[in-house]
Amino acid sequence: MTEMPLLEIDDLAVNIGNEPLLSGINLTVAPGEIHVVFGPNGSGKSSLIKTIMGIPPYRVTSGDIRFEGKSILDFPIDARARLGIGLAFQQPPPVRDVSLSALGKALEIDTDRIAAEAARLGMTGHLNRGLNDGFSGGEQKRSELLQLLLQRPQLVLLDEPESGVDVDSLKLLRSVIEQLFQRDRPIRERTVGGIIVTHTGAILEHLHATRGYVLVNGKFMCSGAPLDIFDQISANGFGNCLAEARIKEKIHDFLKE
Amino acid sequence: MTSSKNKLDLRKVGYDESGETPRSASFLIEDDTARVASSSERALVMASIRQARVDYPWVRALEWSLVDPETDEFTRIVAQHPDPAGNFIHVKEGAKIRFPAQSCFLLKADRNEQVLHNVIVLEPGAELHLITGCTAASYSNVGKHIAVTEIFVRAGATLTYTMVHDWAPEVEVRPRTEVIVEDGGTYLSNYIALTRVKHIDTNPLAVVKAGGTARFNSIIYAKAGSYFDVGGRVRLLGAGARGEIVSRVVATGSKVISRGLIEGGNADTKGHMECNGIMLDREAVIHAIPELKATYPDTELSHEAAVGKIAGDQLNYLMARGLSEEEARALIIRGFLNVKIDGLPASLQQVIDTMIEQAMAKEAI
Repeated sequence: MTEMPLLEIDDLAVNIGNEPLLSGINLTVAPGEIHVVFGPNGSGKSSLIKTIMGIPPYRVTSGDIRFEGKSILDFPIDARARLGIGLAFQQPPPVRDVSLSALGKALEIDTDRIAAEAARLGMTGHLNRGLNDGFSGGEQKRSELLQLLLQRPQLVLLDEPESGVDVDSLKLLRSVIEQLFQRDRPIRERTVGGIIVTHTGAILEHLHATRGYVLVNGKFMCSGAPLDIFDQISANGFGNCLAEARIKEKIHDFLKE
Repeated sequence: MTSSKNKLDLRKVGYDESGETPRSASFLIEDDTARVASSSERALVMASIRQARVDYPWVRALEWSLVDPETDEFTRIVAQHPDPAGNFIHVKEGAKIRFPAQSCFLLKADRNEQVLHNVIVLEPGAELHLITGCTAASYSNVGKHIAVTEIFVRAGATLTYTMVHDWAPEVEVRPRTEVIVEDGGTYLSNYIALTRVKHIDTNPLAVVKAGGTARFNSIIYAKAGSYFDVGGRVRLLGAGARGEIVSRVVATGSKVISRGLIEGGNADTKGHMECNGIMLDREAVIHAIPELKATYPDTELSHEAAVGKIAGDQLNYLMARGLSEEEARALIIRGFLNVKIDGLPASLQQVIDTMIEQAMAKEAI
């Protein structure tokens, strides 16, 4: 039986204004799968995640993004969220006049559930504060994951969930991420999949991510087992991948000629 | 008695005729006739100003002792009126009144000009929470509300004065208020106006003596067709006096002038002002005029002001959680207006919270 993928990205090209940002992106995420995107600063990782969520100012110039087989390119952000796509922002904006409690109430989430999840993430004291207003880096990350826990998305998009987090908190975040991806369930019963953008790979342990990609200058340059790619990057930076990509391009050009 | 329709209207501005919410005293004026003046506390007098002039002749000496009758054409209207109606409140020395007192100024007759002179006196060490609701009996009312209010907060006394305005679209409102805060006294003013009104201008002044505090909070949702010229002035004339002015304004198709002036005029005085505004459309105008005036070297005055539309990244963020753009906008506005006021009893905070909910529910943003 072929399972319907959660997410299919087909030959996607994205601009900001007239400036090309991403091109030739192909990625398929099935339920239970975690795909990991590595890449140097400014390579387009966050842009890719935000494009999937529909956040401006990214403009899709060609290709398609499908959620459960249906193109979502014309869907506004909230419609994508309601379909089951959830994003943990890398740098969430401060929303001083809206608290986590007020947001939870607006989303009609049970207050006991909010309280329990907040307690687990050590965010009880932040429930009635302005969202992200004066939050430390670690508090922002915990707040983002708390919101995703409450939202229960089917497609989880995590944009550098571990950056700026101390070692002690990392363990907690890892366990929450495992919960979001239903790592406590047998593989065949997992319905959630997603994409993790990371620099450090520190959260990949125990997650058994499906595939890793290196994004450079808006293109996937190489892919492979996530931990292998991470080890290579740790040892040699992105150089090996770039060299490999250049060789592939040359072979491609040669065959074309 | 007011009609059942009016009862509903009055509850909206915090005036409870049912007795469900504990109140220490009540005063209700319809046009220029006092309908209710009662108090359940010996230490608290709640009366019409006309009666007070008879029962407490010393009141006459207080009238016009703070407000100059020549201030403007509206103070002159009150000064020249042969017998203005109004409210007199007196709290005896050291009396700490447990439940809030309530008063209501109702414009009932169409095309009426309500002319009022109010005097409020808290003797040394007294404490009172007062909620005043001002409203028109009918949405179609045309009228004017012209009021002079003089407030005396004696040494060590504390007055929390919450005023709720809920007028009709064709009503003009011209309150003129001055407050003296004696040594160590505290005056906390909360002004809430969340419905459409033709014209309101009010810029109350508090003069604060040594160790005293004055704070003005304004929460204004200026709906289409409204004109507000509102603010507060605090003169810190005694050593160690404190002043704060906080205003939150949301404007749609309306004009709001949001004023604030803090003067630091003695040693160790401190004042802070925050004027924040959200513009909802191209037709709105918010003109924030925060002013700081130092007339003594050892004073510390500051202000911050921010006026603009709701940031797109905030809307996108909330939408990414599943709220529509309209829901996200409403949630931000509700939070912006819903300032939790220090020192306000829960029952009065509830009135404000309910008003905000009703204002948000009544009109699509």
